[in-house]
Amino acid sequence: MSDLAAAETAEVGRAEKRTRPWRVLMLTAWAQHRTKIGLGITLLLVGIALIGPFLAPYPPDQGVEGQLPFAQPSSDAWFGTDAIGRDVLSRFLWGGISVLILAGLSTAIGVSLGVAVGLIAARARGKLDDVLMRTMDVLLSFPQIVFALILAATVGPNLWLLVGAVALTTMPRAARVARGAAVEIVQRDFVRAAEAIGLPRRQILFGEVLPNIASPLIVETTLRLTFNVAVVAGLSFLGFGLQPPAADWGLMINENRNGLTLQPWPVLLPVIAIALLTIGTSLVGDGINRAMIGIERGSRGSE
Amino acid sequence: MSVAAPAPAPALEVVDLRIELVDGDREDIVDDVSFLVAAGEVLGLVGESGSGKTTVGLAVLGHTRRGARVGRGEVRIEGRDILALPALERQQLRGKLVSYVPQDPASALNPAMRIGGQLDEALSQHGFGSSGADRRVRIVETLGEVLLPSDDAFLRRYPHQLSGGQQQRVALAMAFANRPRVIVLDEPTTGLDVTTQAHVLETVRDLCAAHGVAAVYVSHDLAVVATLATRVAVMYGGRLAEVGPTGSLFRAAAHPYTRRLVEAIPELSGRHALVGIPGTAPRPGHRPRGCFFSPRCTYVRDDCLETPPPTARISPDHESRCLRHAEVMADSAVARRVAVPLPEVVADDTLLAVRSLTASYGQRQVLFDIDLLVRPRECLALVGESGSGKTTLARCVGGLHVDYTGEVAFRGQPLAPGARAREADTRRQIQYVFQSPYTSLNPRKTVGQIIAQPLRLFFSVRGTEMWRRVREALERVQLSGTVLDRYPHQLSGGERQRVAIARALVAEPQLLICDEVTSALDVSVQAAIVDVLAELQRELHIGLLFVTHNLALIRTLAQEVAVMSEGRIVERGPIDTVLDSPQAEYTTRLLADTPSLEAALAASGSGGGAPTVR
Repeated sequence: MSDLAAAETAEVGRAEKRTRPWRVLMLTAWAQHRTKIGLGITLLLVGIALIGPFLAPYPPDQGVEGQLPFAQPSSDAWFGTDAIGRDVLSRFLWGGISVLILAGLSTAIGVSLGVAVGLIAARARGKLDDVLMRTMDVLLSFPQIVFALILAATVGPNLWLLVGAVALTTMPRAARVARGAAVEIVQRDFVRAAEAIGLPRRQILFGEVLPNIASPLIVETTLRLTFNVAVVAGLSFLGFGLQPPAADWGLMINENRNGLTLQPWPVLLPVIAIALLTIGTSLVGDGINRAMIGIERGSRGSE
Repeated sequence: MSVAAPAPAPALEVVDLRIELVDGDREDIVDDVSFLVAAGEVLGLVGESGSGKTTVGLAVLGHTRRGARVGRGEVRIEGRDILALPALERQQLRGKLVSYVPQDPASALNPAMRIGGQLDEALSQHGFGSSGADRRVRIVETLGEVLLPSDDAFLRRYPHQLSGGQQQRVALAMAFANRPRVIVLDEPTTGLDVTTQAHVLETVRDLCAAHGVAAVYVSHDLAVVATLATRVAVMYGGRLAEVGPTGSLFRAAAHPYTRRLVEAIPELSGRHALVGIPGTAPRPGHRPRGCFFSPRCTYVRDDCLETPPPTARISPDHESRCLRHAEVMADSAVARRVAVPLPEVVADDTLLAVRSLTASYGQRQVLFDIDLLVRPRECLALVGESGSGKTTLARCVGGLHVDYTGEVAFRGQPLAPGARAREADTRRQIQYVFQSPYTSLNPRKTVGQIIAQPLRLFFSVRGTEMWRRVREALERVQLSGTVLDRYPHQLSGGERQRVAIARALVAEPQLLICDEVTSALDVSVQAAIVDVLAELQRELHIGLLFVTHNLALIRTLAQEVAVMSEGRIVERGPIDTVLDSPQAEYTTRLLADTPSLEAALAASGSGGGAPTVR
C-alpha cells in the first residue's frame, strides 16, 4: 500500500501551486487600471492627511501676520487666507486627518457590527434571523444624514456621537451583505462537521464562515468607506463634527462659503480633496468587485 | 452482434480528433481519438474523471468548452464532417441530426416552461411539422416511447412537478423527438436511483435500436456501460487506451488501465479485494513522455517510458494502446480477485444501539420505529434509495438532526439529541464523514489546520505533539506530510476524502459514520477509500455505520446490512444472507436492478445478443 501513498504524493507534488483565494482576488484586482489609479489617488490623499501637519508652514488656528481675511494667494500664504485671516494651505494640511479618522473608525465599527449581526442571523435562521434583519431594515429606512442629524440635534455635537451615528447607519448594509453571503456557506458540510464535534458557535462563525465571505465583505467595506467619507465631511460642514477653531475639511467649506466669490481656495481645496478621496476609494472598491466577478465567472467557466 | 464489425456506413465517425487549450502552449486535452459507431449501436465511453471523455462527447456535437478548441480532426455524421461547417449551421444541426442528454436533467429543462411547450419548441425550432397538431402527434409518440403519459394534464406540468426519473425521460424525449442520427448521453443516470436507472437504461437501448440511432454513452460506471453498450472505448489521459466489443474488453482486457478499472469495481455476487489505482490521471501539460499510464502501471518496462505506444490491433474490432497487450490480456483472462476475510466482530459488546427511533422534519415524519445495533469492529451497512431516510438516521446518530424521539445509546449510555447537548467525550467518540469531500472541508483552511481542529478541541494539545498526531492520522489514510500546507482545492477528490477521514481519526473515535463517502469519487479511488476503512476496522477496532446506495460495495466491507425503504428498515441481517437470499420483496427488487458487470457479461456471453438490463 505504501507505493500507492508514494505515487499519490508525487502527483500532489506535481500539482500546480495556487495561492490563497483572497490573494488571488487582490492580484486580479491589482491587474486592473482602475484599481491602480484609485489606490494612487487614495494613497496621495491619505499621505496629505497624515504627513500634512508636519509640512504646514503655519499653525492651523493662528492668523498669518500682515494678512487680511480672504487675502489672495501670495508668497507668504500660497493659497491665500480664510475668513479670519488664517493660512488656507496650513488649515488644509491639518484638516484631513479628522475626516480620515472619523470615516475610517465609523466604517470599521459599522462593518464589524454588521458582519456580526449578519453572521448570527445567517446561522440562526428562524425567529432570531427575522428579528435581527427586520431591525436592520428599520435602521436602513432612515437616510444616513437625517439619522445622524436627529441624533446630533438631540444630544448636541459630539465626536463619539458622530462616529456612532455613522457606524449605526453603516451596520445594516454590511449586515445584509454578510448575511446574504453567509446563508449559503452555513449550509455546507464543513460547517456541519464543526457542529458535529461541538466547536463553540463563536469559532464556527468567525473561524469557519467568516473567511469564506471575505471577498464580498472587502468590496462592501470599500464602498461603505467611500460613502462615509462624504457623510462625515457633510456632518462637519453642518457643524456636528469638529468645532472651530479646529481645522477640518468639512468645517473649512462651511466657514468660508460666504467668501467663495472673493477667494475660492479655502472652499475649493477641501472640496477637491473630498471628491478625490471618494473617487479613489470607490475606484478601488470597483476594481476589487470586478475582479471578484471575473474570478467567479472564470472558475465556473473552466469547470 | 456484439463482436461483429460495425456496419459498412457508420452513422458516426470520429477521425483523429484533437481538442486543445486556446491559450498557453496549446496543450492537448484529447488527441488522436478515432472511433466509429454504427447506426443502432451504443458505444460506451469510459474513464476516470479528467480522462477527457466528456470533452470527446461534446465534440461529437461540434461543441468545445470555454478555453478549448478543435485543433484537428473530423466528426462525420452520415459522412458529413460537422466540424467543417460554419458555427451557425452546426448549431442548427444540434437537436436535429445529433442531440445530447446531460447528466443533470434539471439543468436541461427550462424550469419556467411547461413540459408540452418545451417539447413543442424542440420540434418547431428545427422546422418539424407544419402545424401544432403535427407536432402534437410526434410529442405523443415520443412520450409514449419513453414510457411517459402524454395527456394534457402531464403536458401542462412544470419540470419541478416531475420526479428525477421522469425529468430524465423528458430530456430523453426531447433528444429523440427530432429522430437524430447520433445521440450523446453524458452519464444520464448518475443522479438516479438504481430502479429508475434500470428503467431509463432499458428505454435508451430500445430507442436506439428502434430508430437506428448511433449512441455515445459517456460514463464512469463500468457496470452500467457493460449492461448497455455493445462496444466500449476506454479513455485515459485524453487518448483512447482500448476500444473493443464489451464482452471481450471486460473479460480479457488488453490494456492495463482497463484491467485495473475492472478490478476496482465491487461485485454484488461475491467478496473481492478492491484494488485501487494509485495516483491520478495526468492533466494536460502534466503528461509523461512515453505511455501516459506508465507512472501508475504495474506492467511498465523501459520502452514504455520512451515514446507513446502505437495502437495494436488484437482483433478486427479490438484495439489497445499498450506494448504489452498480449501479456495483459493473458493475465486478465485468468486472474480474478481474491476474497479478503472480514474482520471478526467483537460479539459480546455493543457500541451503538438505536431503539424505536422516530424522526421528522417539521410535520413530515421520515423515520419510523428504527432499531439498530453496531458492535466494535463491525461495519453495518445502511442501504436504500434516495428518500429512504438513511442519511437522516445517520444524522440523528451523529447529533446533526435533533427532531427525533426514541433512544440512541452509545456504549449503553443514552445520548441527548444534538451534538451540542452531548458530552465532549461522546462527541469525540462518534465521528461523521460526509458524502462530498468538495463541501466538507473548509476551502480557506489548510489541510493541517483542518485536521488539527478536533485535536485542539478534544485534547487541548498544541505544537509538536499536535503536529505529530496530525501526521500520524495522515499516514493512516495514506497521505504524506507534504499535503499539510495545501488547501483543499489543490487536492483531488480522493485525497480530499482521505483528509476528511483523517480529521475524523485524530479524534480517536470508536464509531465512524460514513455517509455515502465514495459516491462522489471514481471507482479507482473508491477502492482505495474502502481499503482504508477496512484497515481502520481491523486495526483500530472502529465500528462503522456505512450509509450507501451502492449494494455491490457493501459486500466487500460490511458484516451486517440494514435495508431501508420509506423510513423503515425492511430487512436486516448478516450481509451474505441478505444479499444471497433476500427475504423482503423490496430487497429483491433492489438487487435485481443493481447493474452488475459480471451479470451483464454472463448475459451477453450466453444470449449472444445485447445484454439485458434486468
